Amino acid sequence: MKIHEYQARQIFRNYGIPVPADVLCYTVREVEKAAKELNCMVVVKAQVLTGGRGKAGGVKLARNVEEAVNAGKQILGMDIKGLTVEKVIVTQAADIEKEFYVGFVNDRNTKTVTLMASAEGGVEIEEVAKNNPDKIIKYPVNPLTGLLDYQARNIALQLFGNIKHAQKAASVLTKLYKLFIDTDATLAEINPLILTTDNEVQAIDGKMNFDDNALYRQPEILAMREPDEEEIQEIAANEKGLSYIKLDGNIGCMVNGAGLAMATMDMIKLYGGSPANFLDIGGSSNPQKVIDAMNILLSDKNVKSVMINIFGGITRCDDVARGLLKALEIIITDVPIVVRLSGTNAEEGLAILKETGLPTVSSMSEAAKKAIELSKR
Amino acid sequence: MSILVNKDTKLVVQGITGRDGKFHTGRMTEYGTNVVAGVSPGKEGETVEGIPVFNSVENAVKATGANTSIIFVPAPYAADAILEASEAGIKLVVAISEGVPVQDMIRVTPILKQNGTLLIGPNCPGLITPGEALVGILPTMIFKEGNIGFISRSGTLTYEVVNLLTLNNFGQTTVVGIGGDPVAGLYFIDLLEMFENDPDTIAVVLIGEIGGDAEEQAAKFIAEKMTKPVVAFIAGQTAPPGKRMGHAGAIISSGAGTAAEKIAAFNKAGVPVAKEPAEIPELLKQKLAGLI
Repeated sequence: MKIHEYQARQIFRNYGIPVPADVLCYTVREVEKAAKELNCMVVVKAQVLTGGRGKAGGVKLARNVEEAVNAGKQILGMDIKGLTVEKVIVTQAADIEKEFYVGFVNDRNTKTVTLMASAEGGVEIEEVAKNNPDKIIKYPVNPLTGLLDYQARNIALQLFGNIKHAQKAASVLTKLYKLFIDTDATLAEINPLILTTDNEVQAIDGKMNFDDNALYRQPEILAMREPDEEEIQEIAANEKGLSYIKLDGNIGCMVNGAGLAMATMDMIKLYGGSPANFLDIGGSSNPQKVIDAMNILLSDKNVKSVMINIFGGITRCDDVARGLLKALEIIITDVPIVVRLSGTNAEEGLAILKETGLPTVSSMSEAAKKAIELSKR
Repeated sequence: MSILVNKDTKLVVQGITGRDGKFHTGRMTEYGTNVVAGVSPGKEGETVEGIPVFNSVENAVKATGANTSIIFVPAPYAADAILEASEAGIKLVVAISEGVPVQDMIRVTPILKQNGTLLIGPNCPGLITPGEALVGILPTMIFKEGNIGFISRSGTLTYEVVNLLTLNNFGQTTVVGIGGDPVAGLYFIDLLEMFENDPDTIAVVLIGEIGGDAEEQAAKFIAEKMTKPVVAFIAGQTAPPGKRMGHAGAIISSGAGTAAEKIAAFNKAGVPVAKEPAEIPELLKQKLAGLI
C-alpha cells in the first residue's frame, strides 16, 4: 500500500524528524491562502501516488503569492502518468546547502531491513544505483538489535563529513528506522534529506510504502489508504477471495493459482493475443467464486473472449466443472468462453461441461489459441 | 536419494486441529509420510486422523522424536510457530501459511540461523519426494519417482509443469515449492546446491517469476558452481510494473525484477528458458543429450 507525500511527512513529524511546514490544498484559492500564511518563498507540489512528479512539471517553486497561485492553477487538474492531480501541498522552500538520500527497504537477499544512503540526493536513487552504484552505502540492520546509535552516526558521518551535521542526521536515521518497523513499512525514504545553509538537517520529500500482509495490525496506516479506481476494483476482488489486476488487452483470463495465471497471460501474448487481466481464483470449486470472478471479468467492456484455465490438484476438475456449470447457468453473456481443465479427474470434468456446448480443451496452448481466435470474431 | 524429506522424515503438524491442518494430515499420512505428532495448545491427549496431539512442539519432539515440522496456523501466528519449532530442535520447518508480514520473517531469520534450522516458505505448497514423503499440500497423483530435481516459486504452475514432466517420463527426485513471498527461508541457490550434491538428481527444472533477483542469483550460481543441467521457465513476462501479481513477492518495483532481465541472466549462464510450459520436457531432453 502506498501513501501520499503529505501523509509521509506527517508520519515523519510524529516521530520527531524535522520537516518544513506544509498546507494541503484542493483548490487554487486554498493555495493562495496557504502562500499568504506561510509568507515566504514556497514550493507547490502535486500529491499523486507516483514517482517522477518533478519531471512531469508537478513541482514548482514560487517566490511570491502570485507565482504560487499560477503554480496551483497549472498543477491542480494536470495529468501525471495517467493520474489526475486533485491536491497539492504548499510548503516553505528550503535554503539548500547540500542534498542527500536516505531510505530503509526490506532486502530480500540479506533478509534484513537495509539502510540505503547516498550523498547524491535529490535524484532518483534507481538512477544512482544504475550509474554510480559505488555512491550508495548499503547497511543491513541486525533485526535483533535494530539500528544502533553508533551505527547511524558512523553512516551519517560518511555522508556529511562533519560530526555536528552527522549527529543531527543520525537522529533522523534512527527515527526513520523506528517508524519503518512500527508501521510495517516496505519502504521509507527521504529524498532529499538536506543540510540547510544555516546547518540544519531537514526532510523535504518523503515516500512510504507498506506491507499489505501487515495491514491487519496497522489500523492507522490502513485509514490513510486512498485507492484509485483500479485499486478499488482490486480491493473489492480481494474481499471476495480473488486476486485481480486489470490490463489493457481483450482476452479475459480466469485461472487457479498466481503463477499459472501469469503463465496464462504470457501464453496469450506469445500466440499473438492480448490479455485483459490477471485473475487468480485460488484453489476452490465454489460456484460463487466463479460467478464473482466472471462478473469482474465481464465488467471490462474490452473483453472479447474469456479463457478459463484450471489445473485440478486437490480441488478436482469434476468439482470445478460442477461449479462452472452452476455459475454459467446464472451468468448470461454473449462473450465466448473457452474452458481448459487438466489434472485430477480432468476427463470427468470435461464430460460434465459437454452439455454447456462450450469449447473445452485439455492443453493450455490449445485454450490460448482458441481464445484468441474467438476474440477476433 | 533425494533432498530434505524422505523415509526418515518424522513429521509434526503445527495447527493440526484446524480445517487445513486436519485435511492435509490425512493426505500426507495416506501418501506414506511418517506423521508422528500434531500440535494444538490445549488439545494435548486428543488425536487427529489417528495422530497424537500435543500442547507444544517441545512435548511432541520429546515424545516422538519429530525432526520436521509443517505449519498450517493463520498468518499472524506463523512466525511464532516457526520459532517454536526451531527452538524445540526441529531441523526443517515448512510454513504453508499465506499472508505473513515481512517484518515477522526478517525477525525470525537470525534465530533460525543460530539454531541451524532450515525453513521453506511461508506461502508455499511444501515439498514432496515421490514414493517417500509428502510434506505439503501438493496433489500427489501427478508425481513420479525419478531423477529430476524441481524448484518453483509457484503452486499450480508447479503442478502444470510436473504433470508434463511425468507424462514425458521424467520422474522427480524431490519437488520443492519455495513460496511466493519476498522474504522466505530457502531460496533457489540453496536448493540448487542441494540438488547438485544429490547423487540421484541428474538435472533440475527451475520455475521462477517476476520480482526480486533470486533468479539472477540462481543463474550466477549455475554458471559458477553447477555441473548438472538446468532448464528454466519465468512467469510474468506480461505483468505490469508496480502491481503485486497474486504472490506478495511477484512485483516489478522501480523497473527491477522483470522477466526479461531474468531470462537474459539464464541465457547468459547457458540455461535454456522455455517460452511456454509445454516446451520444458523437450528442452530437458535436448539438454540431457548435450544438444543445447
